[in-house]
Amino acid sequence: MNYRIEIGHGSGGQMTRRLIRDLFMKNFRNKWLDADGDSAVMQTYGNNIAMTTDSHVVSPIFFPGGDLGKLAVCGTVNDLAVVGAKPEWITAGFILEEGLSINTLERIVISMADEARKAGVHIVAGDTKVVKKGQADQIYINTAGVGTVDDKCLHISSGKKIKNDDVILINGTIGDHEAAIINAREQFFESSRLRSDCASVNQQVHELLNQCNSIKFMRDVTRGGLAGILTELANMTENGIEIKEADIPCNDAVMAFCETLGFDPLQLANEGRFVTILSKDEAQNAMEILNNFNDNKPACIGLITSAHPGQVVMETAIGGKRLIETPWAAKTPRIC
Amino acid sequence: MKFIDEYRNREMVKRLASAIRYEAGGHYRFMEVCGSHTHAVRRHGLLSLLPANIRLLSGPGCPVCVSDQSFIDKIIYLAGMKGFTITTFGDLERVPGNEKSLASSREEGADIRIVYSPLEALDIAAKNPKREVVFPAIGFETTAPATAITLQKARKANIRNFSVLSAHKIMPPAMHAVIDDGIKINGYICPGHVSSITGSKIYNVFPEKYHVAAVVAGFEPMDILQSVLMLVRQVNYRNFHTEIQYKRAVTVDGNSIAQDVINDVFEEQDDIWRGFGVLPKSGLKPREKYSNWNAEHRFDFPKYNSVPDTSCICGEILKGKKEPEDCMLFGKSCNPQHPVGACMVSPEGCCNAHFKYQLHELQD
Repeated sequence: MNYRIEIGHGSGGQMTRRLIRDLFMKNFRNKWLDADGDSAVMQTYGNNIAMTTDSHVVSPIFFPGGDLGKLAVCGTVNDLAVVGAKPEWITAGFILEEGLSINTLERIVISMADEARKAGVHIVAGDTKVVKKGQADQIYINTAGVGTVDDKCLHISSGKKIKNDDVILINGTIGDHEAAIINAREQFFESSRLRSDCASVNQQVHELLNQCNSIKFMRDVTRGGLAGILTELANMTENGIEIKEADIPCNDAVMAFCETLGFDPLQLANEGRFVTILSKDEAQNAMEILNNFNDNKPACIGLITSAHPGQVVMETAIGGKRLIETPWAAKTPRIC
Repeated sequence: MKFIDEYRNREMVKRLASAIRYEAGGHYRFMEVCGSHTHAVRRHGLLSLLPANIRLLSGPGCPVCVSDQSFIDKIIYLAGMKGFTITTFGDLERVPGNEKSLASSREEGADIRIVYSPLEALDIAAKNPKREVVFPAIGFETTAPATAITLQKARKANIRNFSVLSAHKIMPPAMHAVIDDGIKINGYICPGHVSSITGSKIYNVFPEKYHVAAVVAGFEPMDILQSVLMLVRQVNYRNFHTEIQYKRAVTVDGNSIAQDVINDVFEEQDDIWRGFGVLPKSGLKPREKYSNWNAEHRFDFPKYNSVPDTSCICGEILKGKKEPEDCMLFGKSCNPQHPVGACMVSPEGCCNAHFKYQLHELQD
C-alpha cells in the first residue's frame, strides 16, 4: 500500500513515532540520534553539548497565554532543559507567507526576544524565506538550540537509572496549552478561562538539578500529552508505571472543555510542564522547590513499579483501573 | 467540577459496587447499546469493580460502526466529483470504505471539511453557492433533530446547493434484532441520550414481551453502577419493567419538540445495519417535501457492495456474539491507525474502546 502523509503523522502520537522510527531514524542512524532524547547530547573537546531543533506552525499565531514567537523559544529551551542542559544559544528560521503584515511579524519577534531574555538564552543566527501567498499559513518558525550539560546530568535523557518505587512528579496542571489552542482555533467557547501554560522551565529545572541528587529522568509534556510521554517511557525503559487520576492536577476549565467535547486531558499537550522521576525520599524537597515558581501546581502523580513492565496503569478517580493507551493520531470530538 | 464530581464520588462508587456484589447471586449478561456507555465503562475502569458473574456486552450503539459500508462509499464517490464539498463529523474521516477512506480522498485533493454541527455545514453551503455541499448525516435519535432543523432551515432559506446523505437510524429495531438473533441477555442498559429525545416508553416492549430488564442509564460511573444494580434487582425478582436511572435528563415521554421536528422532516425506511443486514423501519430518510435536500434523491450513485470483503467480525461483535479479542485482526492488522472495521475507527466503537483502554479486569 502506498501510504501518504496524514495529519496524524504530526500529532506526536504513535503515528509520529512510527514515521520517525521507520523513516528518519532508519536512514539517519547514529549513536546520538539513537539515544532518542528531547535533545541529542554529544561530547566534544571535553565538553558535553546538547542540541535540539523544533518547528512551530501553530494556528492561530496569537492565543490566550502566548503566541508563536514565545512558543518557539519556550519549546526549544524546554527541550534542552529536560535533558539536564543549560540552554545557551538559539537560532530562528522564518518561513513567511507573502502578504503577512510587518506589524504581526514584529509582535512575534518582540515576543521571542522577551522570552529569550527571561530564559537567559541568546538568539544568535537566523534565516528568512518568503513563500507565495497560499503556500504557508502566515508564518512558520524553525529553531535550533544548543546548551551545555554537566557530567552529573548525562544519564537524564535515557532514564536508565530509573528504579522501582521512584516517584513521578509533574510541575503543574495538564492539558492547558492544547485546550487553549483548539478553543482559539475552533471558537467553541467565547468566554473561557482556557489559557496556554506556555513558559520556559529551565530555571525550575536548574533549581531541581542543583538541590536534588536523585533525579533520574525528566521530560517536557508536549504533543501526545502526559499519556504520550509516560507510555513512551514505559516502553523505552521496560518499567511499569502506576499513576492516580485523582492526583493529576487539571484546571476546571480544561476538564470542562474535555468533558464537553470528548477529549482526554491526559492526551492534550502542555508547553510549560515537565515530569521528573526521582527517589521517593527527595520527592517532598522537589515539590517545595517547584512550588516556589509562579503558575506551578506540583503534584506527585505516581510511581515506578515492577508489576507490569512496559505498561502504564491508572487508578481512575473512582477507584477503577485501566491501561493508559499510547495516543495514536489527531484528536476529533465525538459525535454524541 | 460541578455536575461531574457528584457522580464520581469514590465512596459512593465503592458502596454501589459492594451492593452489586452482594445482590448478584447468579450470572448476568447486560448489553449496553450506546457507544458513550461503552466508552465510559472502559474509561473509568468500571469492569475492574464489577464481579465476574456480571458480563457487560457492547451492542449496536455506535452510529459509525453500524452504518453500512456502502454509505461510506457513497460519500467517497461524491467527494471525488468536481465542485463537491463534503462536510462531516470527524468520526467519519477514517472509516474505511471498500477502497479508501474520506481521509485518503482528502489527501488526493477532495474538499472535505470537519464540522461540529450540521448548521455549520449549511453555513458553508450558503457561503459557497457554486459548490455542492453534502453533509453525511449519521447518528441515532440523539443527532437526528439537529439534522432535521438544518433541513428545515435550508428549505426555508432555499439554500439549494446543500444536501444530506442520511444514515440516521433508530434504536429499537436493532434491540429487537439482537433478541431475535437469539443472543442471550438478561437486560438492556438503555441509551441515555437517545431516551432524552424518545422517552423511556420505547423500551417497554422488551421487559413486557421478552422478560428482558431495561434501565435507562446516565453516563457517569455512579449512573452506570446504579443502573447495573437496578438491572440485577429486576432479574432477581423477575420484576421486568422499564426504569429510568438517568432521571435528570430522561422522562417517560421524552422531548416532544424534538420528536415533532424529526417527524416533520423524516420518515422511517428499511435500512441496512452492519452485521444485522436490512432491518425493517430502522432508518430515517427525508420526506418527499425535502427531496431537494436529499443527496440520495439528488445524485445518481453506482451500485455498491454492502458486505465488507475481509475477515473482520465487526458484525458479530455488534450483535454481542463475540468480543473484539476474538477477532484475528484485533490489535494486529486492525488498529486505530489502520482500522479494518468500523468498530475500530470511531472513539465510540467497541473495538476502539477495547484497544484503547484494554481490559484491565483486575478483580479486587
